[in-house]
Amino acid sequence: MNSRDRILERIKKNLPQESPLPSVDINTNFSDLKEKFKATLTSIGGTAIEVTDWSHIKNYIQLNYLDTDQVISTAPQLNFKAHTFKNDPRALERIKISILQGSFGVAENGAVWITDTHMGDRVLPFINEHLALVINEKDIVSTLHQAYEKIDLINYSLGVFIAGPSKTADIEQSLVLGAHGAKSLVVFLMT
Amino acid sequence: MTVSLFVPCYIDQFYPKVAIATLELLEKLDVDVIYPEKQTCCGQPMANAGFEQLTRGCNSLFIDNFSACDYIVCPSGSCVLHIKNHLHADGQEHKAHSIQSKVFELTEFLTDVLQVKSLSANFNHKVGLHQSCHGQRGLNLSQMSELVASPFSKTTHLLKMVNGLKLVPLNRHDECCGFGGTFCVTEEAVSVKMGKDRLRDHVENGAEYITASDMSCLMHLDGILRRQKSKVNVIHIAEILNSSKSKLI
Amino acid sequence: MNSRHTDHATRAEKFNLDESRVDWHDKTLWFIREKRDKAAWQIPEWEQLRETASQIKNNVLSNLHDYLIEFEKNAQKNGATVHWASTPAEHNKIVLDIIKQAGARNIVKSKSMLTEECHLNEYLTAHGIDVVDTDLGERIVQLAGEPPSHIVLPCIHWKKEEIGELFHQELGTPKGNADPQLLTNAARLNLRNHFMTSRVAITGVNFAVAETGEIVVCTNEGNADLGVQLADVHIACMGLEKIIPRRKHLGVFLRLLARSATGQPITTYSSHFKKPREGQQWHIVLLDNGRSERLGSNDFRNALKCIRCAACFNTCPVYRRSGGHSYHTTVAGPIGSILAPGLDMKKNADLPFASTLCGSCSNVCPVKIDIHDQLYKWRQVLVRNGHVSAIKAIGMKGMAAVLSYPFIYNTSGSLGRWIMRYFPFLFSNRANLWYKQREMPKAPEKSFREWYIKNRKKK
Repeated sequence: MNSRDRILERIKKNLPQESPLPSVDINTNFSDLKEKFKATLTSIGGTAIEVTDWSHIKNYIQLNYLDTDQVISTAPQLNFKAHTFKNDPRALERIKISILQGSFGVAENGAVWITDTHMGDRVLPFINEHLALVINEKDIVSTLHQAYEKIDLINYSLGVFIAGPSKTADIEQSLVLGAHGAKSLVVFLMT
Repeated sequence: MTVSLFVPCYIDQFYPKVAIATLELLEKLDVDVIYPEKQTCCGQPMANAGFEQLTRGCNSLFIDNFSACDYIVCPSGSCVLHIKNHLHADGQEHKAHSIQSKVFELTEFLTDVLQVKSLSANFNHKVGLHQSCHGQRGLNLSQMSELVASPFSKTTHLLKMVNGLKLVPLNRHDECCGFGGTFCVTEEAVSVKMGKDRLRDHVENGAEYITASDMSCLMHLDGILRRQKSKVNVIHIAEILNSSKSKLI
Repeated sequence: MNSRHTDHATRAEKFNLDESRVDWHDKTLWFIREKRDKAAWQIPEWEQLRETASQIKNNVLSNLHDYLIEFEKNAQKNGATVHWASTPAEHNKIVLDIIKQAGARNIVKSKSMLTEECHLNEYLTAHGIDVVDTDLGERIVQLAGEPPSHIVLPCIHWKKEEIGELFHQELGTPKGNADPQLLTNAARLNLRNHFMTSRVAITGVNFAVAETGEIVVCTNEGNADLGVQLADVHIACMGLEKIIPRRKHLGVFLRLLARSATGQPITTYSSHFKKPREGQQWHIVLLDNGRSERLGSNDFRNALKCIRCAACFNTCPVYRRSGGHSYHTTVAGPIGSILAPGLDMKKNADLPFASTLCGSCSNVCPVKIDIHDQLYKWRQVLVRNGHVSAIKAIGMKGMAAVLSYPFIYNTSGSLGRWIMRYFPFLFSNRANLWYKQREMPKAPEKSFREWYIKNRKKK
């Protein structure tokens, strides 16, 4: 008998009495989702910027990142080098900011859900110094419970909740933004 | 109603005035109190040290002494909790269950059974309330800070009835004092450090007296206070609630 | 090493020699407890969430066999290779074989208490594999040659000046610099190199979803993700009990986890690995190591519900004043004290006694593990199995004898008090542990019983 069978046999022998699965019916709803999302994102070190169209995002990038060779985006509406760097982490690493499309936001924790469909290269959300995510303002839900209802409708191989910039407080509980992932996070809320 | 007075062993031996205050307080509230003389100990010190199997003698004695009454009242949260959780006796489980349903710590007896609305007690001092863990988290004498739930405190409710008493706020209002039974000697360093930290909280906030519903906590804190030659004193809540103008504490 | 055999009390006593350091350690962790409280109070339905999580985990335990098979099937469909290991030795060998097959000599690892439980780093190093822990806290203790002292904040016992000195020696940062920003940046640059050159990445698993065959890994630093996305091989190591039934249950657990652990609403990254990158190998290693046995214990099974948030550590007044290394086991604190005796009763017999049974731990636990009740129950088991000192056993037997007979109790009591009053030096000396830092209580002349008989008893 191999380990798998031995383990499963031991487990079967030791199973306790049946405990039923509870229903998860928690229905918290915030009244102003956009404001709640913005406030939470700010409190966790991110920046929320409201925009009405993609040209605003383009303007923001051009204003803040003078060398647009250092910008990458998988969003077709932004014409920042997307395709050539797949599977070339060294090249991707030199990029200063990536701008990626998210699926939706979660108001209670300021997180944005993004899947591999919109990442281009799976390393892109994590490798650059700065990260920007774009979601529609109307695609913000209150809590993770509602988030998972949306996720059930999305097909993905990798899905990540990204909430603010990477961080650590491992050194004497001093919060430092920018551990291994992005040092800053901007979420563009498209109206 | 008849109430049997359950006096913890160490109160019987070292702090009889706490039991006297409990008795007098109940009598003032028109309660008919019986004191079973053959009682010894609830067995908690041994059980908590892992020697539950040695508590048979204590358990039988307890059942013999306390079966016949309406209520059992005790000035100690931890002893009451132990009886509620761990009283067993072969062939007498129904008696054990009956006892478990009618045993009360003093303050909860006053608030829940007697539903005391006022006391003619006087204690013109600043008092820090130490929330003894077993009474608080085990018997729900007051709301614990860990839970997201409405605050309440049976002990504070009673202390507010005492004339002149000023409750001081604390930085950590329900952290353990570090007594913990045999822990107080087996982990002496941590035990004393916990006690010192509790005391610093009370003293920093101006307490002249420290009270609690468990004399074991107070015995441990008092040991440290006396070693520090502090002016602060401990006093069991029974003594405060039983105090009057003419009585010297 | 000798230190493996010194017990918690001895180590804690040593820890307490530096009182200001204990104060600093205690304050730092209490601050995290307060952050957790603040976060919990933002969720009016917090207690409902805890109850729901607890019941979901109860259901998992009662259906563990079927959920594991369901998870394995779905993970395999997604492209994962699933391995099963009964023991740490088996686990380590499986991991080593995967690494060797990939032809890798240096690998990166994100935080995984399970790999600590298996002492994986030592094993791999002994077999010529260079393992770099990429979580900043873990990297610090790795460079220092120590085990982590906290399962979420591995180097909470290190002051920033000490980290500064360590980084100066190991990473070449300026001497005397203790600025967390600078030190973190130095670690970022140094570890970035390791990420770029490691073909194998090991991660832990926070949750494994039976319904979909996906795993979730939560970090604040992004180190798990960087490691996996730059590697050719992803090895995810998990305990059997990390299974949850449905993906929607992640909503419950992710709302509880970070808030309980650090007071954040969620970690920066909550990565749901469902299918590997094209061309990437994905291995999942399931470890038993006593979990299947514990499942059969009515008293101790609930410890398997643990989601490793460490809220119990932060609230424990004893942990805060003794430090993780006093527990001489991989997972310290209250949860560690009910897990460790199950792994090695003799070595860890002291841990369930490193507690006052205050109950704070059980009430911050997001999955409602009855930690303090299990501590009590472990004490009974340990005594029954002879793992308590002979002196203590004799003392307890003596106490039981005295307390079982009213006459002996009353006589001993009177005698004891008399001796205390007239021969105080017998108690007030350094041999009496109570007396080391506390005065003895005064012994009154009369016990309450004696007072009662004299003043109240109806003749």
